[in-house]
Amino acid sequence: MTLSAAPPEKAESPVRRLWGRTPSSDLKPLRWQRILLLSLILVLLIAITEEFARTPTDAMSSSTTWTQALAYAVPVLMAALGGVFAERAGVVNIGLEGMLILGTWFGAWGALNFGPWWGILIGMGGGAAGGLLHAVATVGFGVDHIISGVAINLMAPGVTRFLSDKVFSNREGGGITQSPSVEDAGSFSLPFLAGGGGTSDLLGWIERGGRSREEFRELRNELRAAGAANPEPADWFLISDAAGVLRGFVHDVSWFTLIAYAIVPISVLLLWKTSFGLRLRSCGEHPIAADSLGVNVYRYKYYGVIISGALAGFGGAYLVIHLTNFYREGQTAGRGFIGLATTIFGNWRPTGAAGGSLIFGFTEVLQLRDRTAAHALLLFVALLLGVLTVFHLVRRRGRLAGFLALASAGFVVWYVTTESVPRQLPQALPYIVVLLVLLFYASRLRMPAADGLPYRRGQQE
Amino acid sequence: MSNSNHRLSLRRRMLLSLAAPLSALVLSLLVAAVVLLISGSNPIPAYGRMFSFGFELETLVDMLNRATPLYLSAVAVAIGFRMNLFNIGVEGQYILAAIIAAQVAAEVSLPAPLHLTVIILTAMAAGAAWALIAGVLKVTRNVHEVISTIMLNAIAIKLVVAMLFRRWDVPDASLNQETAEIAPSGRMPNLNSVAELVTRDIGKGRQIWGFIIVAVLVGILYWIYVARTRQGYDLRASGINPTAAEASGVNPKRTVVLTMAMSGAVAGLVGLPEILGRDYAYGLQFTQMLGFGGIAVALLGQNHPGGIALSALVFGFLDSSAPILDASGYAPQEIVEIMKGVIIFTAVITYVVTQRRKRDEEARAAARAMSSPEGEPDAFSKPEKPEKPELPELPELPAAPAADAPAEPASPPAPADTPLEPGPKPKPTKAERRRRR
Repeated sequence: MTLSAAPPEKAESPVRRLWGRTPSSDLKPLRWQRILLLSLILVLLIAITEEFARTPTDAMSSSTTWTQALAYAVPVLMAALGGVFAERAGVVNIGLEGMLILGTWFGAWGALNFGPWWGILIGMGGGAAGGLLHAVATVGFGVDHIISGVAINLMAPGVTRFLSDKVFSNREGGGITQSPSVEDAGSFSLPFLAGGGGTSDLLGWIERGGRSREEFRELRNELRAAGAANPEPADWFLISDAAGVLRGFVHDVSWFTLIAYAIVPISVLLLWKTSFGLRLRSCGEHPIAADSLGVNVYRYKYYGVIISGALAGFGGAYLVIHLTNFYREGQTAGRGFIGLATTIFGNWRPTGAAGGSLIFGFTEVLQLRDRTAAHALLLFVALLLGVLTVFHLVRRRGRLAGFLALASAGFVVWYVTTESVPRQLPQALPYIVVLLVLLFYASRLRMPAADGLPYRRGQQE
Repeated sequence: MSNSNHRLSLRRRMLLSLAAPLSALVLSLLVAAVVLLISGSNPIPAYGRMFSFGFELETLVDMLNRATPLYLSAVAVAIGFRMNLFNIGVEGQYILAAIIAAQVAAEVSLPAPLHLTVIILTAMAAGAAWALIAGVLKVTRNVHEVISTIMLNAIAIKLVVAMLFRRWDVPDASLNQETAEIAPSGRMPNLNSVAELVTRDIGKGRQIWGFIIVAVLVGILYWIYVARTRQGYDLRASGINPTAAEASGVNPKRTVVLTMAMSGAVAGLVGLPEILGRDYAYGLQFTQMLGFGGIAVALLGQNHPGGIALSALVFGFLDSSAPILDASGYAPQEIVEIMKGVIIFTAVITYVVTQRRKRDEEARAAARAMSSPEGEPDAFSKPEKPEKPELPELPELPAAPAADAPAEPASPPAPADTPLEPGPKPKPTKAERRRRR
C-alpha cells in the first residue's frame, strides 16, 4: 500500500481533519487468527453474561438469534460497504439512505413482478440509479458531496411515494405507503453440522445441551408448566453457547444473506488485490497522482459511487424481500446513516463494516426477542469494556484504560441499579456503543486522504 | 488600482447569480411536468390549480405556518455551515427540546409573558445542551460531528425521550406519547387580527402562529451576529481558513463549541411553533423530519438569512399547495418532494457551474490586466479574490452591496483585533467552503 503512505499534508482535506486526527498508527486489518481469538472472547463474554445475569437467559447465544442478527445486519452492512466503495474512491456518500430507500421500492416492485431474485437485481438497479445521480453531481459537476447526498435523501422518499401511489395502490394489499407482500427465496443449512438436506444437526444437538429437539421442547414445556417465566433448560456452559452462535451462521440462512456476506471478501479482493481496486483507491488517496499515472479518475469515481449505490440498493431490496416481505414507507429507519457511520467506524474496510453492522443487527434482534436479555446486555457491554480496559492496561495505555474503566463502571452501575431497561435501550445501544468507540478510537481511524475533496481534471495541488 | 478593471460588470454578475435560483425553479417545474405527463395528467391545468389554490388566503396562512419551523431549522443548520460544521443533529435536538419544553410548560404556571419566556428558554437550553455533546466530542476527542450527531439523533429519539417519559410516569414510553396540556398563559397568541388589518377575514379556522415573530427575530439576530459582530466574524473566518483564523487569535475549539451550542439553541425552537400555536402539548401530531428539511432549506438559501427565508417560503408554498393535486385528482401530492429535490440539485449544480464560469472569466480578465502596464505582479492572486466577496445568491435581496464590494484583504481573516470592516456583508459560505476543500 504505497499509495496510502503519508500523502503530503499540504492540501489537507477539511473532512479528513474533522474525521480524525492524522493517525499515528493505522488500525491493522484483522488476520484470521485475530478474528478467531476475538470471536472466542466474545462468545466467552456472552456465556458469562447469560450465566450470571439476574434472570438467566439463552437469547444471546441461541442460533436463531444469530441467524436473525446476520439477516438484520445485512441492510446496514450493504450500506456500509457502499460507503467503503464510494469513500475509497474519494466521494463521501451521505445519500446512502436515499439509495437504500430506492432499493426498497424497486426491490419490491421487481419481486412482485418477476420474483425475488429479479427483485434484488432491480433493487440494485434502483440504488445504482441514485448512485449515478450522486456521481453526476459530485464527480461530473463538482458539487459538494454532502449537499448532493442530502438532496438525494430528500428526493428518494418523494419518488418512492409517488411511484407507490401510481403502482402499488391499484393492487390488492398495496397502498400509497406499502406494497403487497412479496415472495422470498429459499434458505440454506450446512449438511451434517446444521442439518442441511435432512442430515444430522450436530451443532443443534450441542446447543441444546446434548438433547434432541423433541427432548428439548418437552423440557421447556415442563419448565413453563412449573411456572418459570423464562424457560431455559440448562445446557453446557460455553460449549453450547459457542455451538449456538456457530449454528446461527450455517443453519437456515437465506441465500441472499449468504450472498451479502460473500460480498465482503469479494470487496476485499477487489479493492486490494486487483488493479481495478488499486486504481479506485488511488483516486481516493491522491487523484492528481493517479491522473498523472494515466488513471481516468472521473471514471473510477463514477464506478465507486455507482457500485456504492448498487450495494445500498441490494440492502434495501433485501430489507423488503427477506426481512419484512413487503415494502413499507420509512422502513429503512435511518439504516443508511448507520451504514455511513459503520463505514467510518469500520475504518473504511469491508471487514470492519461487517463487524460494525453485526453489532447493529445483534442488538436489533435481541430487543425483538427477549426483554430480559436486553437488560443483560448492559452487563455484556460492561464486561466488554472491562476486557478492553485490561487489554489497554497491558499495552500501557493508562489514560485510555482509565476512560474505558470509567465507562465500564458506568454500565455496571446502570445494570445493578435498574430492574429492567426501557424497551428502546437495545435500539439505542448500538448508537451508544459506536459513539463510545469513536470516543476512544477516533484518532486511530484513517480515512482515504482525498475523501470528500472535489476533484477537477488538471487541477494543481 | 486596477482592481475594478478585471471584475465583471454588475450586469454580468447579476445574471450569473440569478441563474441558479431561476434555472432551479424552471427546471423543477419542467421535470414535474414530465412526471405529470407520464402519469397521465396534463401539467398545465394541474399547475394552474396548484397556484390558484396556493395563493388563497388560507393556504398562504398554511404556507407561513409551514415555513416558520423550516426557517428556524434552516437557520440552526446555517449557523453550523458558516463555520464548516455540519449539524445533521437538528432533528434530534429539536424533538428532544420540544418534549422537554412542553413538559416544563405544562408543569409551571406563570403570568403569560414570563411563561412563554421560560418555555422558549427551556427549549433553547435543551437543544443547546444536546448539540453541545457533539461539539465537545469534536474538540476533545476529534469525533466528526456528522457521525456524532447521527448517533445522538438516534439516542435522543429512541432512548432519552423514552427515559424522560418514564420519569414523568407516562405509562408506555414511546414517541407516541403526549404531555399534559399547556395552560393558556403559555400559549402563543395568533396573528390573525394583525393580518386581517390588510386582508379579508381568515376562514377555515386557520391561524397564523404567533411564533413567526420569534422566527423573524432569530433571523435578524442571526444576520447581525454573523455579519456585524466580532464573534460572528471569527466564526466566518474559522469557516474559511481555520489556520489563518487561529494565527490571528481565534480560539478554534471555543468557536466550535460555541457554534454548536448556538446551532442547538436555535434548533430547540423548531418544535415550538406548533406546540405553542396549535397543539398546546407534545403529541401525536408533532411534525418530525423538520431537521432534515432544514438542511435542504439552508443549502438552497446559501446560508443567508434572507435566502433561507425565501427558500423556506418556497418549500412552505409547495407543501401547502400540493394537497390540491391529490384532491383534484391530478397527481399524488408527493410530486412536490421530487420538485424539491430537483430544485436543490439544479440550484447547486448551476451555482457551481456559474461560479466556475465566473472564476474563469475573472481569470481571463486578470490575465488581460496583467499584460497591460498597470498589471502588478500581485495580479496573480487576484482571480481568486473576487470569488469570495460575493453578491448575495438571491438577487431578490435589496441588500446587494456586492456590485463594488471592496477587495478583500489578502488573507481572509483580518487580525482579530481590528474591528469589523465594512466588508461584503452577506457572504455565501458555500463558495468559501468549496474553496477550502
